[in-house]
Amino acid sequence: MGRTLAEKIWDAHVVRSAEGEPDLLYIDLHLVHEVTSPQAFDGLRAAGRKVRRPDLTLATEDHNTPTDNLVTIADPVSRTQLETLRRNAVEFGVPLHSLGAAEQGIVHVIGPQLGATQPGMTIVCGDSHTSTHGAFGSIAFGIGTSEVEHVLATQTLPQTKPRTMAVTVTGALRPGVTAKDLILALITQVGTGGGQGHIVEYRGEAIRDLSMEGRMTICNMSIEWGARAGMVAPDETTFAYLKGRPNAPAGADWDAAVEYWRGLATDEDAVFDTEVTIDAGAVEPFVTWGTNPGQGAPLSGTVPVPESFADEAARTAAERALSYMDLTAGTKLRDVEVDVVFLGSCTNGRLEDLRAAAEVISGRRVAEGVRMLVVPGSAKVRAAAEAEGLHEVFTAAGAEWRFAGCSMCLGMNPDVLTPGQRSASTSNRNFEGRQGRGGRTHLVSPAVAAATAVAGHLAAPADL
Amino acid sequence: MKKFTVHTGTGVPLRRSNVDTDQIIPAVYLKRVTRTGFADGLFSAWRNDPEFVLNNPAFAGGTVLVAGTDFGTGSSREHAVWALQDHGFAAVIAPRFGDIFRGNSLKGGLLPVQLPIDAVETLWKLIEHDPTTQITVDLVEREVRADGRSWSFELDDFTRWRLLEGLDDIGLTLRHEADIAAYESSRPSFKPSIATT
Ligand code: SF4
Repeated sequence: MGRTLAEKIWDAHVVRSAEGEPDLLYIDLHLVHEVTSPQAFDGLRAAGRKVRRPDLTLATEDHNTPTDNLVTIADPVSRTQLETLRRNAVEFGVPLHSLGAAEQGIVHVIGPQLGATQPGMTIVCGDSHTSTHGAFGSIAFGIGTSEVEHVLATQTLPQTKPRTMAVTVTGALRPGVTAKDLILALITQVGTGGGQGHIVEYRGEAIRDLSMEGRMTICNMSIEWGARAGMVAPDETTFAYLKGRPNAPAGADWDAAVEYWRGLATDEDAVFDTEVTIDAGAVEPFVTWGTNPGQGAPLSGTVPVPESFADEAARTAAERALSYMDLTAGTKLRDVEVDVVFLGSCTNGRLEDLRAAAEVISGRRVAEGVRMLVVPGSAKVRAAAEAEGLHEVFTAAGAEWRFAGCSMCLGMNPDVLTPGQRSASTSNRNFEGRQGRGGRTHLVSPAVAAATAVAGHLAAPADL
Repeated sequence: MKKFTVHTGTGVPLRRSNVDTDQIIPAVYLKRVTRTGFADGLFSAWRNDPEFVLNNPAFAGGTVLVAGTDFGTGSSREHAVWALQDHGFAAVIAPRFGDIFRGNSLKGGLLPVQLPIDAVETLWKLIEHDPTTQITVDLVEREVRADGRSWSFELDDFTRWRLLEGLDDIGLTLRHEADIAAYESSRPSFKPSIATT
């Protein structure tokens, strides 16, 4: 019987397997950031251990960094956390892109940008959105700090093989509908626990048609429906994206790599444990109304009536969410006014996302009373956007053009919502308080974010 | 790691589903560089709600958290486990867990116990009716017991053994250092490596 993409990569990384034990998997790339690593480095120190492979480890600063300047970290506790990473990087010889460095940025933006994220790899990071890197056809998943320490010390991880799932996206996305709309629609269809215990392979015509950026957006949000990892088989789009990047193979290595990568695709006769199908043609611009990413609806729709959910837990959750979000069932989503628009994050902070938003906002103004933050996913993305003049489009419209980082995605650095504020956000989590205590988040695509900024209420570009 | 064999204590009924790790401990509390001191961030957004279950003195000493489905989804932050442990929890029972949270708990010795929703409902009723109800989480027998009833739960033999013995994962892996070195010597040259000047 044939094997799936995930099974081929898994098998190629088993260092040791024994009956009744998890497989010991070799890790090709370990990404590190300041929040989930200090206790892991402490653990190494306490045990007198070294980082086994600093050359397969890459660190960056992103969660705590300010986005209004590159020098002053106002909060002393945030500063300590960043300084701790800097000290650990020096002590253990781990390469680090610090605040202000040319390659600094959100951990899931810089891996692909450097070409360090490649097909057929195993990639981990103490961060659940590590699933982003699966867009290149790798097994990439988030781990906890104990596991970070384990990988630092051994470059391996004991793992039980997850089940496999295929999400087949049939047909083509309609004009104006993006990867973000597709993944939000999928999560609402399958629920936040729908992928639990699975490595998901996204397949089908609509996925093949996506750019690498679009595929990263999809894979990024795999964790939001509980999947262990998400992936897309590598193809010409993948190879074209990687060729010539600093960490991509070159010369004879490139040819050998491409040949290997081509063989990774799921075999015709391979069998997935679970299969889900979604019709791309039926997807519309999609937004969330609730406090988990599975509580979403088409922008053309209304805030749902909790009684409409058959399942009791879903009904209670919807009631709670509407109360937290201060929304009334039956309200048209297009009538929901926002205070803040956040364009950025590892979901939608890449150049293509900024371009999509700039196209909508060009020649228009951010609505009176609305604050719009534009935060590139990395310093490189920021520089590339500036080279195209995108920063001028945003600032001319009245938006804030900021430095790279996680920013308002998570409420850890100075960029936060104040209690009661409502945002349209291109990030990935609308949990209670995620963007700041008492803040209310609607997840949207970059195009919807830009249109919303102009309209002052949730809107699609076609509404302007 | 601390051993986990059998734990008996009172319960805390958390009648909520989808309690993600941002709810368990918001990002603003993750700035410490130590492994302890996270209890003040535990469920912090809910702690000023007098109705919140942990604010009820009857449940103050509870060590077994009984939660709704999809507990610990979202962010990979192991701080969620540390915060629960700092508060005094030894086990969490729920119908389903976020994968990463479950893995983190098993590393840290906070036992995540998956039981069907009707068992969870029964436990909720028992604890709410009598907060002093003793709940036993028995890893040896892979069983939860309360009020003369029992429910068995699943956990693979290897993980169970590791918890019962309190073994350090890294130490276990390093026993196979030769296998790791052998694997490394066969990795293709096109795999990326990062310059480490
Ligand atoms: S942008 Fe948001 S989701 Fe992505 S790594 Fe940063 S905090 Fe996490």
